[in-house]
Amino acid sequence: MAFFVRRISRAVITLCVVLTIVFFATRITGDPVMWLLPDDASMEAIENTRIRLGLDKPIHEQFSIFVKGVLQGDFGTSFLHRRSVTSLFLERIPQTVKLMSWALGLGIVLGIPLGIIAALNRNSALDRFLMTSSFLAYSIPNFVLGIFFILIFSLTLRWLPSGGYGNWRYMIMPVVTYGASHAGLVARLMRSSMLDVIRRDFIRTADSKGLPRHTVIMKHAFRIAVLPVITLIGLRLPHLISGSFVIETIYAWPGAGRLIIQAAKNRDFPVLQYAVFVTAILVIVANLLVDLAYGLLDPRIKYD
Amino acid sequence: MVERDKLLDVQGLKTYFETDRGVVKAVDDISYHVKEGETVGIVGESGCGKSVTALSIMNLVQGPRGRVAGGKIMYTTKGGERVEITALPPYSPKMRAIRGSEISMIFQEPMTALNPVYTIGEQIAETVCLHQKVSKKKGRERAIEMLELVGIAAPSRRINEYPHQLSGGMRQRAMIGMALSCDPRFLIADEPTTALDVTIEAQILDLMLHLQEKLGMAMQFITHDLGVISTMAKRVVVMYTGHVVEKASVDDIFYDPRHPYTKGLLASVPTLGRQERLVPIKGTVPNMNELPKGCYFSPRCQEAMDICHQEEPPSYQLEGDHIVKCWLWEQEGVRLP
Ligand SMILES: Nc1ncnc2c1ncn2[C@@H]1O[C@H](COP(=O)(O)OP(=O)(O)OP(=O)(O)O)[C@@H](O)[C@H]1O
Ligand SMILES: [Mg+2]
Repeated sequence: MAFFVRRISRAVITLCVVLTIVFFATRITGDPVMWLLPDDASMEAIENTRIRLGLDKPIHEQFSIFVKGVLQGDFGTSFLHRRSVTSLFLERIPQTVKLMSWALGLGIVLGIPLGIIAALNRNSALDRFLMTSSFLAYSIPNFVLGIFFILIFSLTLRWLPSGGYGNWRYMIMPVVTYGASHAGLVARLMRSSMLDVIRRDFIRTADSKGLPRHTVIMKHAFRIAVLPVITLIGLRLPHLISGSFVIETIYAWPGAGRLIIQAAKNRDFPVLQYAVFVTAILVIVANLLVDLAYGLLDPRIKYD
Repeated sequence: MVERDKLLDVQGLKTYFETDRGVVKAVDDISYHVKEGETVGIVGESGCGKSVTALSIMNLVQGPRGRVAGGKIMYTTKGGERVEITALPPYSPKMRAIRGSEISMIFQEPMTALNPVYTIGEQIAETVCLHQKVSKKKGRERAIEMLELVGIAAPSRRINEYPHQLSGGMRQRAMIGMALSCDPRFLIADEPTTALDVTIEAQILDLMLHLQEKLGMAMQFITHDLGVISTMAKRVVVMYTGHVVEKASVDDIFYDPRHPYTKGLLASVPTLGRQERLVPIKGTVPNMNELPKGCYFSPRCQEAMDICHQEEPPSYQLEGDHIVKCWLWEQEGVRLP
């Protein structure tokens, strides 16, 4: 219990710090009014917009309004869309989560078995093939792979739509593009972790009992070998989120990523603040889940 | 002696490892046997191939870099069948039925030899359920029985504990319980007390002697400590750099050693009440990649002759069952093939 109290209070402090930083950092980038109005807008129009957005007040006053809002769960109104940022995000986040979880799921479902197979066939042709392809899968930038897929599967073969949102056919390319890099990374880490574990003494003990090879691997080695993979996934969650922005942009996927990129281009401060808030929450929750998974898999770990 | 008396028969075993620096002949043409119910001790300094011999018997030498390059290991099963262990694939059903059930092994490091994520009970029951095809519940009962047998108090509580919750001595007891859970006929103990402190060591050795008497199994007791051998074994095999240099009864080894290496080992064992200073063997064990010419012990040997630096000595049979691999016995001994 004390563990959760400590974790939650730490999470709250983290959120406060992050929100403060993002509030000031966005405002250093410049004045959003210039971006929102046409080039030939009158001085008066500019001034009116500034007042409407509350940007005329001194910065400390803006900050206290922001803090009061946050405490009431109100993150303000998007400069660009003129709608509350919470409702904007509520619409988009499910799309992003859907894409991310399918891609991550694909990465895990492919990466873990392939990594184990490579480890058990270390230095064979199969191992080299698997490791080369997973190296490529995760080192090719997502946008390169995405454009490549669009060229082949949409423009040349005309099998799949090049972007947009609809039935499962729209999901294939974004999920595969994004999942491939996770699968590559997971496979490589799973392989090295498995190789490390099967050298340990307790594996020799398990072998000496006369257990079948697959029991030794899946029961005795896997539970320990998978721990670093779980850590990696937890640690990479921020990359996962930012990576999804790229995918959403390439495939015109109507998720939060596109909203955020648009907001960054237009200095839509409230949207950016909320984006950072949501990301921070996701990262905190993911880390907590990683710790809980560790506790379930490894009895040596105690929460106190 | 009739072949069938030999429970385990190691004949000219060679176990080699391919390494980046060439082939390491970790075990190079060794022969010995173990009869039913008897304890054979294997002694030698670190790196002489004791563990590799044990793993060869278990058929667990890790490929592709390690392999049995020659010779064979014969084992006589409960049913009286003579099985050539070295001819079986490591994970074949026949090999797996022997491993853990007929032949069990206890390892040197109780700290790392148990799986950290399963309870002691689960790990013992696993072996029982595997070989005796019994229910989980029966396996658990057997686990409690085994912990009791190896002298762990409150066994029904202890089986639910994880290895990290037990002390080193307790873990080694649990390990012994696990190894004995399927009534093996042959137990390989690979330096089971090296990692423990002396009082615990004495307790564990005592326990093993007691259990061996009670269960009547044969044992191969590996150690680098001659003192331990004297209490445990009836016959002793002395190894040096992958060779057997001397084989004899425990009395002959202690009171009538013939190989200069064995004499050296004895001179470096502290004995209570003995006045003369300990004499360590000079020099160190040669690197397995750069073995000397002739007898591998010759650079450290105080009695070395010219031929010792030139040619590898053959093994000689002396009176009794005393065998020594040393040129000094050319006159007296009968050269073995
Ligand atoms: N997997 C392996 N690959 C390469 N060389 C190995 C391997 N396993 C053992 N060896 C080599 O074989 C030799 C014998 O090793 P072994 O473990 O049998 O020694 P030991 O007599 O058991 O020593 P210790 O008393 O330290 O346990 C050593 O020189 C070791 O380096
Ligand atoms: Mg050893």
